[in-house]
Amino acid sequence: MTTTAVRPPEEALTARLPGAWSLGLSRGALEIKQFFRMREQVVFTFAFPVVFLFLFASIFSDAVEGAGISASQLYVPAMTAAGIMSTSFQSLGVSIAVERDERVLRRLRGTPMPPASYFLGKIWLVFVTGLLETAILLLVGTTLYDVDLPTSAGRWFDLAWIFVLGLTACALLGIAISSVPRSGKSATSVVVLPFLVLQFISGVYIAVDTIPEWMLNIGALFPLKWMCQGLRGVFLPESARVLEQTGDWEFGRVALVLAAWCVGGLVLCLLTFRWKSRRDG
Amino acid sequence: MDIRKYARSSRSVRFKATLDGMTAHANELAVDVRGLRKQYGDVTAVDGIDLGIRRGEVFGLLGPNGAGKSTTVEILQGNRARDGGEVSVLGADPGRATRAWRSRVGIVWQDESAPAELTVRETVRHFARYYPKPRNPEEVLALVGLREKAGSRIKALSGGQRRRLDVALGVIGGPELLLLDEPTTGFDPAARRQFWELIRTLADEGTTILLTTHYLEEAEALADRLAVIANGRVVAEGEPAALRDRHGTEATVEWTEPDGTPRAERTGTPTRAVAELMRRFDGEIPGLRVSRPTLEDVYLRLTGQSDEAGQAGRITQEDER
Repeated sequence: MTTTAVRPPEEALTARLPGAWSLGLSRGALEIKQFFRMREQVVFTFAFPVVFLFLFASIFSDAVEGAGISASQLYVPAMTAAGIMSTSFQSLGVSIAVERDERVLRRLRGTPMPPASYFLGKIWLVFVTGLLETAILLLVGTTLYDVDLPTSAGRWFDLAWIFVLGLTACALLGIAISSVPRSGKSATSVVVLPFLVLQFISGVYIAVDTIPEWMLNIGALFPLKWMCQGLRGVFLPESARVLEQTGDWEFGRVALVLAAWCVGGLVLCLLTFRWKSRRDG
Repeated sequence: MDIRKYARSSRSVRFKATLDGMTAHANELAVDVRGLRKQYGDVTAVDGIDLGIRRGEVFGLLGPNGAGKSTTVEILQGNRARDGGEVSVLGADPGRATRAWRSRVGIVWQDESAPAELTVRETVRHFARYYPKPRNPEEVLALVGLREKAGSRIKALSGGQRRRLDVALGVIGGPELLLLDEPTTGFDPAARRQFWELIRTLADEGTTILLTTHYLEEAEALADRLAVIANGRVVAEGEPAALRDRHGTEATVEWTEPDGTPRAERTGTPTRAVAELMRRFDGEIPGLRVSRPTLEDVYLRLTGQSDEAGQAGRITQEDER
């Protein structure tokens, strides 16, 4: 057995605590490692939006009148937006609720790890999984459904900021909703229902020009509708603009709403986040 | 019990050494609790507890389930707000825990779970990064006896091995104070003995240790001092032997008559009883045994649980002596 001398407390006090950013990186690496070791979860997380894209884009493939596109083409940006939201909002909402229930969070709280590092680690995880999910969906969309990748640097830039802002906003909302379920077991139901409703009223499953105005207006309060709209602007020809509510992609407004949700989501997280389940007080 | 005798002697040596080495902090209490109160709705879980734990000491918090042990420890960890009283842990209020303070306090939780998909080594190394002056992860793995399992995924560990990992994560930061909440619940006797050795090793290194338990023999085997709590109050406090002596002075003298009949006599003067027996028997007294009331007798009386079950417990306890 190795024996160490008694350490005077002063020494421990003057030693520097590790920084939140670097610990966030190391937590991110750990989260990614854990995620990819759960094969089942990996396969289903990535397969879900792809299967839905395949189903919808194959079932609805008629030409959309006056827009110069097919319905299949509409589903590619829509499912990409839903894929970004599922890897961020849904997987964080469920996994954090489970971690809280299994007292992983409580254990972390008992260490000198800064809370920000935990959140940073989660953001890194959804950044990697979200990027992969988007790449897979775009691969399927471009090979099977006649969607072209952007050709101008401007459009690639739009894709990048919609991805980053949308992913961050949804990740923060996912962290916030993880505090709602009372146990890890009920987390999936609690998180999936609002996500499903949003997908119906934000133009993912059903085209925006067929959704009743009032439903679309409710959907417009949340990020998903704007992510869909922005991505349509990135991937669809200008002729498809007529399908939009205002007849335009409205990139400025998309950026504004998503950025607002990033700030609002952060505030919501800070106000509601719990390290212990209700059972543990 | 040989192990226990060995433990007791090594502990007193260690305690003295620790005191010599810490003259600067000689009078400083690692944990100082006065009038601690905690209410859950109408239920008073902690009803005015006072505790003083010295640096370098192993302190046992003993009591039946629901006595308020876990609530008390959670307040000391900084993971539960109190309703009243003064609490100082390593000189600071755990209700206002800073990162620096958390790096000096190690926690071993009750029924804890760790990330199942990571290996033991990955987990211990990762947790080491949280601390300003962590211990060497390989050294900690050796300390808790998990070196052979270092490459295994956590989900493949047995219950006892997981508990060892919990301890590894509790001590990886090199804490001055280690708080263990019912660390051996659900262990088989062999695993419990191994765990005790681990706690003693940590104590020998100078770590102040507070552990809660409802196993009496655990408190007696490990603790320099202990407090018995029942219904949210401290009902007795002191060294295990002193507690026993204070709360039960009658000894039992047992021997076997030449015709083979076992005899037992309760007496306040066991020495005189043995002297009388020596006069009656020429040479060795067959089956001679002198025993004090066990801590369990005292404990059951103090916590208001004394009954026939207590008597049965007493007999098994005596078998161990």
